[in-house]
This record gives sequence, C-alpha cells and structure tokens, in this order.
Amino acid sequence: MKRGIRGRLLLLSITVLISIIFFLPSTPVYPLLPDWWKNVMPSRGITLGLDLQGGIHMVLEVEEEKAVENLVERTASSIKDFLDSEKLPVASVKRVGPSDLIVTLSDPGKKADVAKKIEANYSNFIQKESQDNDLVYHLREGEVIRIKDSATTQALETIRNRIDQFGVAEPLIQRQGARQIVIQLPGVKDSKRAKDLIGKTALLEFKLLDEDHPMSRTLPLSITTLNEETFLAEYGSKVPEGDELMFERLIDSETGEIRKRPYLIKKRIMMTGDVLTDARVSIGQFNEPYVSISMDGAGAQVFERITGENVKKRLAIILDNNVYSAPVIQDRISGGNAQITGSFTTQEANDLAIVLRAGALPAPVRTIQDLTVGPSLGEDSIRMGIRATVLAGILVILFMMIYYRMSGMVADMALVLNLIVLMGGLAAMNATLTLPGIAGIILTIGMGVDSNVLIFERIREELRQGKPVRLAIDGGYDKAFLTIVDSHVTTLITAVVLFLFGTGPIKGFAVSLSLGIAINLFTALVGTKIVFDFINSRWKLQRLSI
Amino acid sequence: MLEILGKTKIDFISKRNYAFGFSGIMALLGLVALIQIGRGQANLGIDFAGGTAVQLKFEQPIKIDEARRVLSDHGFPDAELQEFTQGNKLLIRVKQQNTIQEDVANRIVQVFEREISTNRFVVDSSTAIGPTIGQELQRKAVIAVVFSMIGIILYIAVRFEFRFGIAAALATFHDVLAVLGILYILDKEITLLIVTALLTLAGYSLTDTVVVFDRIRENLKHRRRESLEEMINGGINQVLSRTIVVSLTVVLVLVALFFFGGEVIHDFSFTLLTGVLVGTYSSIFVASPILAVWRGSRGKLLKRA
Repeated sequence: MKRGIRGRLLLLSITVLISIIFFLPSTPVYPLLPDWWKNVMPSRGITLGLDLQGGIHMVLEVEEEKAVENLVERTASSIKDFLDSEKLPVASVKRVGPSDLIVTLSDPGKKADVAKKIEANYSNFIQKESQDNDLVYHLREGEVIRIKDSATTQALETIRNRIDQFGVAEPLIQRQGARQIVIQLPGVKDSKRAKDLIGKTALLEFKLLDEDHPMSRTLPLSITTLNEETFLAEYGSKVPEGDELMFERLIDSETGEIRKRPYLIKKRIMMTGDVLTDARVSIGQFNEPYVSISMDGAGAQVFERITGENVKKRLAIILDNNVYSAPVIQDRISGGNAQITGSFTTQEANDLAIVLRAGALPAPVRTIQDLTVGPSLGEDSIRMGIRATVLAGILVILFMMIYYRMSGMVADMALVLNLIVLMGGLAAMNATLTLPGIAGIILTIGMGVDSNVLIFERIREELRQGKPVRLAIDGGYDKAFLTIVDSHVTTLITAVVLFLFGTGPIKGFAVSLSLGIAINLFTALVGTKIVFDFINSRWKLQRLSI
Repeated sequence: MLEILGKTKIDFISKRNYAFGFSGIMALLGLVALIQIGRGQANLGIDFAGGTAVQLKFEQPIKIDEARRVLSDHGFPDAELQEFTQGNKLLIRVKQQNTIQEDVANRIVQVFEREISTNRFVVDSSTAIGPTIGQELQRKAVIAVVFSMIGIILYIAVRFEFRFGIAAALATFHDVLAVLGILYILDKEITLLIVTALLTLAGYSLTDTVVVFDRIRENLKHRRRESLEEMINGGINQVLSRTIVVSLTVVLVLVALFFFGGEVIHDFSFTLLTGVLVGTYSSIFVASPILAVWRGSRGKLLKRA
C-alpha cells in the first residue's frame, strides 16, 4: 500500500510541476527567470483573446469574380492597343458578362486577319462565335478557376504585406475556406485606420480627362454629397460613349464639410499601379503632404510615351474609383517619377504610401464580420473577470471547509491543483484565453466541487453504516467512481461537440471545458484519494473529519 | 457532521402530475420562443441576425432619450439602445443591414462626435456581422444541439438503458426550452454567448440527471422487494443532499459572476443561474418521474427488479 501511495504521489507531483513550467511564461515572474531557463523551457504560455486585450477580428471575403472581370477588362484594352499597333484598327473591344469579350470590327473584310492575330497572341481566350461585325471571345474555364483561386492567395499576401508595414505585434492572417480571409490584430488601438488600410483595393489608374466633349464644360465645380443623386439624374444619361463620370473628394479645411468635384473621364486605362516600385511621403512647399511614386523601367517608358503624346491635356490619377488629382501634363516626363497630391493628412498620405507599396488587391474585398474591442473594455473585462473568479473561488473554498471540515480542505486543495493543471494544460496547447473560456474554467470549478461532494456524501453514508474509516473511504470512492465517470463523460460529449461545431468564442469555451473535465476526473479520482490514503497510512484515523 | 438535510423521505413521484403540468407550460413557452426565433421575431443578437453593435464609454452620464433622438435624426430610427450605468456606457445596436460595407459603426461614432460634443467618449467595442455569417452560425448551433443530444442519448443508452437516455434527453431539452422561454419573456437578447450558456446548462442538467439515475439504477439492482416508485423516490432522496450542496456551490459561483463579472457576461451568468435552478428541478421532477411512467417492460435493469 505504501509503495502505491508513493507512486501516485510522484505522478501527481510531476503533473503539477510540468503544469507550472508551462504556465510560467504567462505570469509576472517569467521576466525575472535566468536566460538558460528561457532558452530551454516553454516560452509561449497562454495568449489573451481579443476580448481581453482589445483588438480587431475581421473576416473578409474576396470578390474573386471581380478579379476575372478585371483581367478581361485589361485584356480588352490590351487587344485594342495591340491591334492598333498591328495596323488592324477595330471599332471597339468590350467586356460583356463576367468573362466574355466582343471585338467590333470597323472593316468587316479584315475579320480573318484580326481573328488570327488574337488567336496567336491571346491564347487564354477562345473564340466562341462571330456575327457580321463582331468577334466574341471567352476566357477559358481553366483560366477562370486559376484566377479565382489565386485572387484569394494574392489578396492574403498583399494584406499581410500591408499589415507588416503598418506594424502590429503578432497578427494572425489566415485563409478560411475558398475565398475568406480571417485577420486578427491584437492590441490595435486605431481600428478605423487599420480597417481602411486592410480593406482598400488600392487599384491605382491613370486615365485622361475628356475635355473635348462640350459636357465637360457644363459640369459644376463641386457638389455636396447630398446633391449627388440629383446630379447623377441630370448628367448621368448624357455621358458620351467611352466616357464616365468620376469624383474627387474635397474637404474644406475649416468647416470639415465634404464636397465632390465631378470629372468627365475617358474610360480607357492608360496605366495602372502595378508598375510601381516605390511610394514615399514627401512634404510640399506649403507644408502639404503628397506621395511620390517611382516606376520600373517598362512603366517609366510607358509613362514617358503617354505624357509625351498628351502634353497640355489633363491626366487623372485615380485610386479605387476616386480621383485624387487631375494635373495638366506640362511636358513629357521621363525617369518614371510622379506625384500624387490631394487633400489628405500626413497620416492618410502615409497609409496611401503603404498600400501603394504593398500593391493592389487583385479584387475588392467585402467585410463580412468585424469585431473590434477597445483596450479599455478588455481591461475592464479582465479586472472584473478576475475579481469574480477570485470571489467565487473564496466562497466555494469557505463553503467546503465549513461543510466538510478537514475533508473539505482536501477538496479545496484538489481545486487549486485543478486550476494549476488546467492553466498548465491551456499553456501547453498555446490556447487563447477568452471571456467564455474563463466561464468554462469557472464551470469546471463547479464540476470539481461536484465530484468531491459526491465522494464525500458516499463516505458519509458508509460511515453512517458503521464502517471503519479506511473501508468507508475506499467504499465511498468506489461507489462514486461510476457516477463521476458517467456525469463527466456526458458533459464531455457536449463539450467536444461544441468544439467541433462551435466558432470563435464557443470554441474557446469548449477547449477549457473539455480540458477541465479531463483534469477534474484525474484530480477527483487520483488526487484527493492519495491525500486520504497518505493521512490514513500515517496516523490510522479512528474518526474522519468530514 | 454538518448537514443541510438529514435523511429525507419525500415522495416526489406522487407529485408528478403537477410537475408535468408546470413543465409542460414552461416547455410550451420555450417552443413559442423557438418558433419566434425561427421566424426572426425574437430579440436575436447581431451575431445571429447580422448587423452592427457599437459600445461607447462616455465621460459623463448620457441621457438615453437624447442619444435616441440624435440617432433617429441621423438615419438610425431603429437603433436599439442599452445603458450600463456603471461606467457611463451605452450600447447601440442596428440590426439587419444588407451589407456592412457602408460602415454603420463609423457613422454612429461620427453622429455622436458631432451632436453630443460636450460629452467625450471612447469606443469600447464595435461589432459588425454580415447576414450570411449569422445564418451559418444558426445552422452550426442547430447541428451542435442535435449532435450532442444524439451523443448523450447513445451514451446513456449504453451505460443505462434506452429509456433512461430518452428521459435524460427529454429533461435536458425541457431545461433548455424553459430557460429559452424565460429569456424570451424577459426580452433578453439571444447571442452566441447565450447559446453557449444554454449548452452549458444542458451539460450541467445532464450531469445532475445522471447522478440521480445512477442511484436509481443501483436501487433497481439491490432493492428488489420495493416497488418501482419507492426505488425511484429512494434514489432521489439518497442523493438529495448532494444535489442541494452542489447546486448551492454552483449558484454561489454564478451569483459572483452575475454581480461582479461585468456587463459582457451578465446575461450569460443570468442564463446559467436560471439553468441551474431549472436543471436541478428537472432531474427530480421531470427525468425521474418519466421512468416511473415509462416502465419499459423488457428493460435489462427492470427485469432484475
């Protein structure tokens, strides 16, 4: 018997020791430990959930069909340029539907030539049909699937890049399913700024203003946001073929009022931001921030040609369908440097530079879930959670001590062991502790008490029947054993199901609950029994304080 | 020995018709609540219904009427407001939008910044959830409930007998329904956290039922001369002091959580608190009497009895 006690005591001590080692990194003691300890021993500990330390949790959905549309759109404009340069001008090349192109010929006689050129140079498209003046092309299915798939991967990369540059400690950026991206930014205080930075498509485009059409001279200088509908009703239908209306946001620096300046812009994209190699914030002579951009060699050449061909015309710099500025091209610009000015603050300019450097998202993203917890709420929750837990713990411990006296103290000790091992277990799993997680821990405290109460009541029954102390203890444990196993297993079933089907907070709850139940079983059936056996083997109790 | 209860001999089974009547009403109430939730008529939290919630922490107490007026003047006539006097907090909820791209949270913050500029505030938390996520969560919650029920019935059927499993599952389902009904009547918001609480109380109620059943099973094996009613009554009475001691300790914990746990888990602990009371009641007055009514002539345990 004595050997048996020693073996179990050893098992219990080792369990507790390992738990403490795993839990140490989450305690204030950890920084004081020597370096060799930190190098060898576990260092991660328990991470606090966003609800406890504040931060952002977002789920984004990539609108991948837009990535396909964008590619078709770009190809359309590229085919037009290509055919122009091959001296085979066509009337128009347009995207129809999600992945089709219509090439409208100006000279039906050249149909065969055009078709041949396109087939040779744009092999990712397949010719579907041809009517009198039109050639219809369809983006190959395999290509559509590839683009959709890579859209989410690319978006993930780009967003990771942006967040790295924004500077967040331990961000979590993960793909979820086919087209969703989960982002967790713990401890971020300026949530609006972070969200703008992440969600911006950041598609930079250069387009020419249509100043020849008479309508451009009748446009009002600016409109209020409230007037936008009446404005669109008046002008929207008059926009000439191949043009579109776009707006520049103007912010009155004194009143803060937002107005919009309309522009008539040619739809054709002269250039996009994918040629950028760098973007930096600079301060202009009136102390206004602007972003200077540099392009790669090929981009610089294109830019030089565009500016050379369009001197004295206005070139709009457009980001995500908002005009930032529309300067007049004074001269041919070589070297591939340009500036983006507009009415923004230094911080906005800074963020603009970040998104331009990190590149555009291949498709727009839609926020489908967004949880933001301010740091103060997190602190409040932690403080109150700890206070409530400590209070609850004291109440339970006192109650057990009063009701079961010495045996109650054994149970209380088991309770503390329970908590230590549970914390160690959570730390070993690198679990994230959330508020529902704390609730789960408190529930396991309740269940731990339940096991002990079951055992003690059974022991009392045995004692009432006049059995000696040792037999009463053994009998009590034996008889309570199955009850405890049954009740724990049924709860464990619920907890495991919750873990499998739950998301976010429910999962955290399920983790601490299932771990807690397992540890409870161990301490209730092994932990307290050792103490009783130990005491009994030392002093041969005649009466049990229970 | 300090004892709350000595040896008791209360005849619980004879009172089963009152209990069934009461429980029937509670379960019916819960079913109404469930149907209302299904129809989207109940007070569903934004994590299920989709929408935006913003919690602001002001420097001075905020007048809720003023906040409501300001919000409805700026395009949020349907915003729901909830005040936490502790810490001057205000929770604003706007449900059921088609997209969260329009950034309702930001607009609400701007409205308050402009209109109530004398009372400064910080944003405690903001939550925006698209409707598709809500539906997904609802689906997963239903799956979780169904699967855990099946798992529990199977386990108890193996360990005890099939009718024990059904009785335990019925009692547990009754508890969840009853608490749901109470939450519905009090117009509490059904959030993800509340669903967690409901599932927890299902676990608790089940544990409680299993403990009572365990004792009844023991009686069925050993006290063969007694009638079934006597054995069931005996089982309940034998574990009664345990039942009360455990419920009391759990209630102690939950009361502490309820009063000092902070607003985030306030409703959570309320749900659990009602759940513990209902769960303790149901093991005695619902689950056990079912065994007396449904005698199961060919059950392996009863054969011995």
